[in-house]
Amino acid sequence: MQELIQAVQNSQTFLSGLSEAALAIIFFVLFGLVFATVAAVCALVFVYLERKISAHMQDRLGPMEVNTGIPLLKNIGHGWAQTLADAFKLLLKEDIVPNAADRRLHLIAPFILFCAVIAAFSVMPFGEKLVVSDMNIGVFFVLAITSFSVIGVILAGWASNNKWSLLGGMRSAAQIVSYEIPSGLVVLVIVMQVGSLRFNDIVMAQAGGILHWHIFQFFPLNLIAFIISFLATLAEANRAPFDLPEAESELTAGFATEYSGFKWAIFYLSEYANMFLIGIFLSALFLGGWTSPFGSLFGGFFDKPGWQPVWIILKAVAIIFLQMWLRWTLPRLRVDQLMYTSWKVLTPFAFVTIFGVGLWMLF
Amino acid sequence: MEKIIAVLFMFAVSALLALIFFTLNRLLGPRKESVVKSVPFETGRAPITLPTHRMSIKFYMIAILFVLFDVEMIFFYPWAVVFRKLGILGLIEMGIFILVLFLGLVYAWKKGALEWE
Amino acid sequence: MQEILFFVLAAVAVLSALGMLLNKNPVYSVLLLIVTLFSIAGLYVLLNASFIAAVHLIVYAGAIMVLFLFVIMLLDIRADVEHINLKRLSRILALLATFIFLGETFLIIWMSLKGKAAFVGLGEGILGDVPSVGELLFTKYLLPFEIASVLLLVAIVGAIILAKRKLRPEPPAA
Repeated sequence: MQELIQAVQNSQTFLSGLSEAALAIIFFVLFGLVFATVAAVCALVFVYLERKISAHMQDRLGPMEVNTGIPLLKNIGHGWAQTLADAFKLLLKEDIVPNAADRRLHLIAPFILFCAVIAAFSVMPFGEKLVVSDMNIGVFFVLAITSFSVIGVILAGWASNNKWSLLGGMRSAAQIVSYEIPSGLVVLVIVMQVGSLRFNDIVMAQAGGILHWHIFQFFPLNLIAFIISFLATLAEANRAPFDLPEAESELTAGFATEYSGFKWAIFYLSEYANMFLIGIFLSALFLGGWTSPFGSLFGGFFDKPGWQPVWIILKAVAIIFLQMWLRWTLPRLRVDQLMYTSWKVLTPFAFVTIFGVGLWMLF
Repeated sequence: MEKIIAVLFMFAVSALLALIFFTLNRLLGPRKESVVKSVPFETGRAPITLPTHRMSIKFYMIAILFVLFDVEMIFFYPWAVVFRKLGILGLIEMGIFILVLFLGLVYAWKKGALEWE
Repeated sequence: MQEILFFVLAAVAVLSALGMLLNKNPVYSVLLLIVTLFSIAGLYVLLNASFIAAVHLIVYAGAIMVLFLFVIMLLDIRADVEHINLKRLSRILALLATFIFLGETFLIIWMSLKGKAAFVGLGEGILGDVPSVGELLFTKYLLPFEIASVLLLVAIVGAIILAKRKLRPEPPAA
């Protein structure tokens, strides 16, 4: 950030006359806007991807109709504009707030959820320089910020004053909270190896190609850690097979039952933005982040800074694909199985991997 | 300092984005209020009661266990960062800490606090 | 810049704390308390204590507030709660606590006016960040750290005993 400000001040454009503070604020707003928009747009793309992938996994076509409208290109488009149209449609829908609901909290709840997810993107490393805020406590910060989404979920359930919503919100909160323990613990396996909580340090420790990625180090401990982390974050995002809070056959739509219009869309967007966040998070920790998988092969061509966001987004998309694949393959868990998995399987295993890595590092 | 300000701005921008969409929704969407429409949804019937029942204590158990294990997890973070420097001593120190808390987990397990019945 | 941020955060903290006390709806109180905790975390960051700030957010705003919300749901406290009936003993205790707190506040203000530093500022990057906290915690302050585990154990056992006592009657012998 500092370098950018310096560069602009030294340049001979009309911006160079501005003071440092003014420039800093302009950059903060710009960075924030760009990153928040990227996160939101990516979420839209992932909604489309999910519909397409699920369709093809079930031998269907999925959305095909909404295209550019150019006659010849009609069948090539594969309904790419479907989610865009859906989002626009949701903007035109009535925003219904039931009588019994607490109007103010009903409005605040989606804000909290959305802001918690988007703000977590501020420490996500899209490249060596492409970070809004490269904090020393990056991993810790993600843990802190994402824990706010629970509050949004409970409030949404409570404010709706509806049995489905309340039960869905409570279930969702209990689930997120249970899985925060293993997901927070298992990250430490990587932190121990790197000795830093900063995302860029963690990524740079994996530079030099696919064999240096953390997932392949300390075999099989890091692989186990990755699996635990993947499952726990999957449950935190309320994704199938852990999607009990939204189990439509028993809870209608869970905490989002009484939401309509764009408030509902914000919940939906947050879910997909959260998936993207998890993808970036996991690929930074285990899959080499923005470093290229080829290392110095091809004359280091893929190591150029311009490729960094491409690599990390590709890796994130791979993880998201895995999440979707699981969703359309596995049946939903029962509540008791859910709690069993978190407390009696993932948490003990997380402890074991931490100690295993600790012993390995010492001897 | 500036890193924290950047995060605050990120917060503000995301809130602003949501606000813009909500206002657009308000402006573009229809507003036809009716008594039937604003009844809380309940599988197509008129609800007899609002959710005035107390929640099950199971949720409370989960929440309190979460708080305790969360605090425990916090202690792990500085330990993991300086683990290399501490060496074997660090592992022993954390081992004792964990042993005591593992007793807690075993107790919770045996008493069925982790069960969802 | 630092001063402006400090006063904004402090004002937000005090105002939302007041709002929390004066609000009748417990859920709103929790929300306002979260705002207070958030701005206090900001104050910690200004003191270069980023670790404490993050811990503050994770433990208080993320975990304990969730517990509060769960308890509110558990007891089903809606907006129309009757005013809480304070017993005489708790009134006396509350008054006592208030006086102690006021006394401490005056002491701190008085000492800092006299030039004796009542609160020690943290230097640039010292003490507050995660590695230095870790080093101190696992060398100099090892005993308190290990005792904390016993404390947590007691809390776990206590919570389970309290909650499980009424929950599960002894199953009839088969």
